[in-house]
Amino acid sequence: MGLRGEAAIVGVADYPSERVYSGTRQFSLEQWADLSSRALADAGIASSEVNGIVCVGDVSESAMFHPATIAEYCGWSLDYAERVDLGGASAVAAVWRAAAAIELGICDVVVVTCTGRPKPELPSASPQERARTVNASSWTWGSPQSEFEVPYGDIPPNVGFAFYASRYHALYGNEPADHLARAKIAADQRTSACMNPNAAFFGKPITPEDVLASRLIADPLHILEIVMLCHGGGSVVLASKARAQRCPKRPVFLTGCGEHLAHKTPTYSVDEIPRTPISYVADRAFAMSGIDRSDIDMLQLYDCYTITVLLTIEQSGFCDPGGGLDLVRRNDLSYKGSFPVNTHGGMLGMGQPGFAGGLSMVLEATRQIRGECGNRQVRKHDTAYITGTGGIMSEQAALIVQGA
Amino acid sequence: MSDTVPKPRPRPTPTSQPYWDALRDERIVVQRCRACDHWVHYPRSRCSKCLSDQLVFQVVDGAATVYTFTVARQATAPPFVDEVPQIITIVELAEGVRFTTNLVDVAPEDVRVGMRVQPVFDHGDDGMTLLRYRPA
Ligand SMILES: [Zn+2]
Repeated sequence: MGLRGEAAIVGVADYPSERVYSGTRQFSLEQWADLSSRALADAGIASSEVNGIVCVGDVSESAMFHPATIAEYCGWSLDYAERVDLGGASAVAAVWRAAAAIELGICDVVVVTCTGRPKPELPSASPQERARTVNASSWTWGSPQSEFEVPYGDIPPNVGFAFYASRYHALYGNEPADHLARAKIAADQRTSACMNPNAAFFGKPITPEDVLASRLIADPLHILEIVMLCHGGGSVVLASKARAQRCPKRPVFLTGCGEHLAHKTPTYSVDEIPRTPISYVADRAFAMSGIDRSDIDMLQLYDCYTITVLLTIEQSGFCDPGGGLDLVRRNDLSYKGSFPVNTHGGMLGMGQPGFAGGLSMVLEATRQIRGECGNRQVRKHDTAYITGTGGIMSEQAALIVQGA
Repeated sequence: MSDTVPKPRPRPTPTSQPYWDALRDERIVVQRCRACDHWVHYPRSRCSKCLSDQLVFQVVDGAATVYTFTVARQATAPPFVDEVPQIITIVELAEGVRFTTNLVDVAPEDVRVGMRVQPVFDHGDDGMTLLRYRPA
């Protein structure tokens, strides 16, 4: 049962993460085509070979029919197409779906692309959207969130992640040193971002003390432990083992995966906070891959907040619940450290280009396993554990990837 | 200018109307499933444990503890600028259900996970009553 390790990532491409995008604006369809063509070039695969795509909800020109719109635009004749709606977990979830479809034998070249650059806007566009002052994903009458959360100021996402962090610290350690350990996650990732010229915070190292001295946004979370939105984009090409063997670069096979979700708003989590969905996923993914946590060379973890990384490390089984603070204190999490996490800087160091932020973990794992990461290359680079997180710890997905 | 942005208010549905009506009368009602005894909040048409439609509103006293909280040091959205620092919490009732709410009459520094809190009925001009909490 599960993936047999017969589908591989064979091509990757991305745009740099930029705080301000000054280039020509392109529609999301144009970005889809551009990013995909770059990833296909990296894979050495012709556009005509593409017979599957997985997209996420970022084709803003269409309310629905995204896959067909993309297929038509890019001229692809597809035997498999899907749109994933799992928030920040969408990119990772899209990659395992692509691998599963390939192993099922219904397609052999699948493109996953996430667009994240600004689109052209009509000056008169959507007055409704402009008038909207509350950023809640469920807005209309009959949405529980609009009725029971929004009136109390519980507007995603800072509040929800702060709920997890507050209760975590109340249970496992609420001293200044414990908060400093959480802050160290952002600082260590920034060390890696300083080796990534495509990161928005390239060349700007910070210390854990800087993080705690930065502006408090929602107790206990500070501005430097919250992702900064930016512009960018990413694309991944997956292919069957047979096709991958004819690609120029080291194929990166998917050998384990999983996902889990049960709530949208933390108030209604059936699990006691801070338990998160990844706690259901990791054992399954490792059992599927047949490797142990000690075999993992690097972790590329969705990092919308420091607390997300901390909980993901613990609940993926790399330490006991509550042991994450100590693990962070004892290890250097940067690319050169004893426990490398988000070696590209993560979204905390790179910026979050929309859905492409979640795909950046897949791209970085691929480039590390290929040995393409230059001065941020980790020493041993054959296996990676990758996660995605959507909503407020609502949906999480994991991938285990191994170089051939 | 920002304090002129209207606050988002609850818009009851046919299913949730009894909950909001009760708050206006300063009572708290929570659905209980006749089939499996599960307490259900927010109001639903079917039980979130067994999918039975045998849900009945029952009055509860509303005494709760702080399950987790945050203090919004910057407004979570423009309509809440005048409430900063706003204490946003999840409270847990003895029945096990949890509410999203705000703590009032307490300094942010004094809030703790596990502290006991009691209901405050905040009646608005629009006929809607929000359920907030204060230290017990
Ligand atoms: Zn029931």
